[in-house]
Amino acid sequence: MHVSRDLLLAAIIVVLLVAIATISPAFVAPGNLVTLFNDNAILIMVALGQMTVILTKCIDLSVGANVALTGVLVSLLNAHAPGVPIPLIMLLAAFIGLALGAFNGMLVWLVRIPPIVVTLGTLSIYRGLAFIASNGTSIVAKEMSPAFIAWPRFPIAGLPLMSWFAVVVVIVFAVLLRYTRIGRAFFATGGNPVAAVYTGINVGRTQFIAFCVSGTIAGFCGYLWASRYTIAYVDIAGGFELDVIAACVIGGVSISGGIGTVAGGVLGALFLGVVKNALPVIHVSPFWQLAISGAAILGAVVINAIRENRRPSRLILKEAVAAVTLSVTS
Amino acid sequence: MSDAVAPRALPDRIPNRFRFWKRWETILFGVAVIIFIFDAFVSPHFLNPFSLSDATYNFTEQGIIAFAMALLIIAGEIDLSVASIVAIASVAMGAAATAGAQWPLLVVIALVVGAVAGAFNGFIVTYFRVPSIVVTIGTMSLYRGIAYVVLGDQVYRKYPAGFDYFGQGYVWWVFSFEFVLFLVLAVVFGIVLHRTVFGRRIYTIGNNPIAAQFSGVRVDRIRFLLFVLTGLMSGVASVLLTSRIASTRPTIATGYELQAVTMVVLGGVNILGGSGTIPGVVIAAFVMGLVTFGLGLINVPGIVQSVVIGTLLIGVIALPIVTARLFGRRRA
Repeated sequence: MHVSRDLLLAAIIVVLLVAIATISPAFVAPGNLVTLFNDNAILIMVALGQMTVILTKCIDLSVGANVALTGVLVSLLNAHAPGVPIPLIMLLAAFIGLALGAFNGMLVWLVRIPPIVVTLGTLSIYRGLAFIASNGTSIVAKEMSPAFIAWPRFPIAGLPLMSWFAVVVVIVFAVLLRYTRIGRAFFATGGNPVAAVYTGINVGRTQFIAFCVSGTIAGFCGYLWASRYTIAYVDIAGGFELDVIAACVIGGVSISGGIGTVAGGVLGALFLGVVKNALPVIHVSPFWQLAISGAAILGAVVINAIRENRRPSRLILKEAVAAVTLSVTS
Repeated sequence: MSDAVAPRALPDRIPNRFRFWKRWETILFGVAVIIFIFDAFVSPHFLNPFSLSDATYNFTEQGIIAFAMALLIIAGEIDLSVASIVAIASVAMGAAATAGAQWPLLVVIALVVGAVAGAFNGFIVTYFRVPSIVVTIGTMSLYRGIAYVVLGDQVYRKYPAGFDYFGQGYVWWVFSFEFVLFLVLAVVFGIVLHRTVFGRRIYTIGNNPIAAQFSGVRVDRIRFLLFVLTGLMSGVASVLLTSRIASTRPTIATGYELQAVTMVVLGGVNILGGSGTIPGVVIAAFVMGLVTFGLGLINVPGIVQSVVIGTLLIGVIALPIVTARLFGRRRA
């Protein structure tokens, strides 16, 4: 069922591309498709991190703020110490992101505050810290070292390095979620937390790890964002968490946990990316973008719901019958 | 979550002499008093009736949304689209005002747009059985997107005479219309939630929707009504905000949804549904207003104030849990 769902979304994207191509053939030229993918590399990566969190029945609203704070911090470091090698900066960005994600995860795991409350709080905190760190100023291109800007743009086999990062992240996630113990634990935790406990899975710890994964990717993308747009200030990636969650939802990731595929997450992100990049090409005001992405989210969840409801009985009735049977027998 | 393993502790009515002191509202009220005293010390301008009156503008609009949001969250749902409903209602009012509508019509338009937007949320949630968080993340983009499509980079500024009263008028002395409306609605929502059958049903739904259904509570109808109510209150907030700033941009009320949810959760409402009180939300609104106003008085920029609000949210919720653990008691 999930495979066919992913195929459906892939087909929709292809139809969309064909439709756009009839108006503007240049849009589907290989060069433009590479640009399209590169433009959405960050969204794809962060969406996969978010998907991991959502799989465990949690949500991470702080990813946009994480990108901003990490982007500001590494840009400041680069501005003040241009000599620090870029791989080290990438590593540092990932570590800062990991720390921010781990903070979320600790509060969810050990203090047991609901994830939405935790990340609602840290969303404000991280962005505020980005303001304090940057003192309200922007770090612009001329303050960044040439290497800082050049690295993600470095082409390998016709694809910029940033796109390769996305490709690697996608492959790693595909393997991680399907073939590793922790990957299966993510699904088990969200699918049925009680059963997961009886299987010997530490639910809280699994959720903590998911937040660490999401934070690490967001942090790493903080550097990529600053480098890609050659600017870092408090408001970068504002509202990005909504794009990311939208990508997951359109990609068929169930917000109640346990359901989702890597292909779905990637396709969800690409769908948003195609719409976003195509609007100016087909002469539609970019102001339509937000409304379209909102309609796409609603369309995706409604289609999902209709497919679910086609099963013999509705879930709430099943649960109710089970509950009644239980109370009668005991 | 592992909470699901253990049965959830239900609120009871067993009398207890110390109960009052352990109540969330009491703790929160203590926090509010401390912040009030702190504010009075850091700025000599704070204890002035007129500046205190100004301070109320920091929370009245979000607070009015928070009352309806509290009911919704107690019933186990959430609405993240409230700020976008404020925007879409404001755009509708702006368009009508530009076409020459007078203030009574504008108010009606805002309330109708709000209620319809809320009804759409409620319809999708109850009819298709989709989690409300996803639906309202979708409509959050959709409604604000429509505001962008209509307005683009334009601004509506032509509002008729009389319309400015809602956001700028005073009922008596330093008591603004906004503040009085906030207090009146607080009483109304308090009575509805704590003194009516409808209110008890909201708790029932939040605690166990299936049991509620089997007890004859029309779960979906109440859920739907709560979404309409939340949309309606967002329409009210839209009238107040639009009147106060006398202009409409597509970015209007950005972040209101987070502030409203923060107020509700800070006010002691369980984000998972089933418990919480209106007095708690009222005190939380005051706490947030006092914090932001006090920080504003000592020239802390708005974005840094959000660090304090975020810390307050996590801190106030974490503190009782952490202290309970330190003293060796285990929570259910």
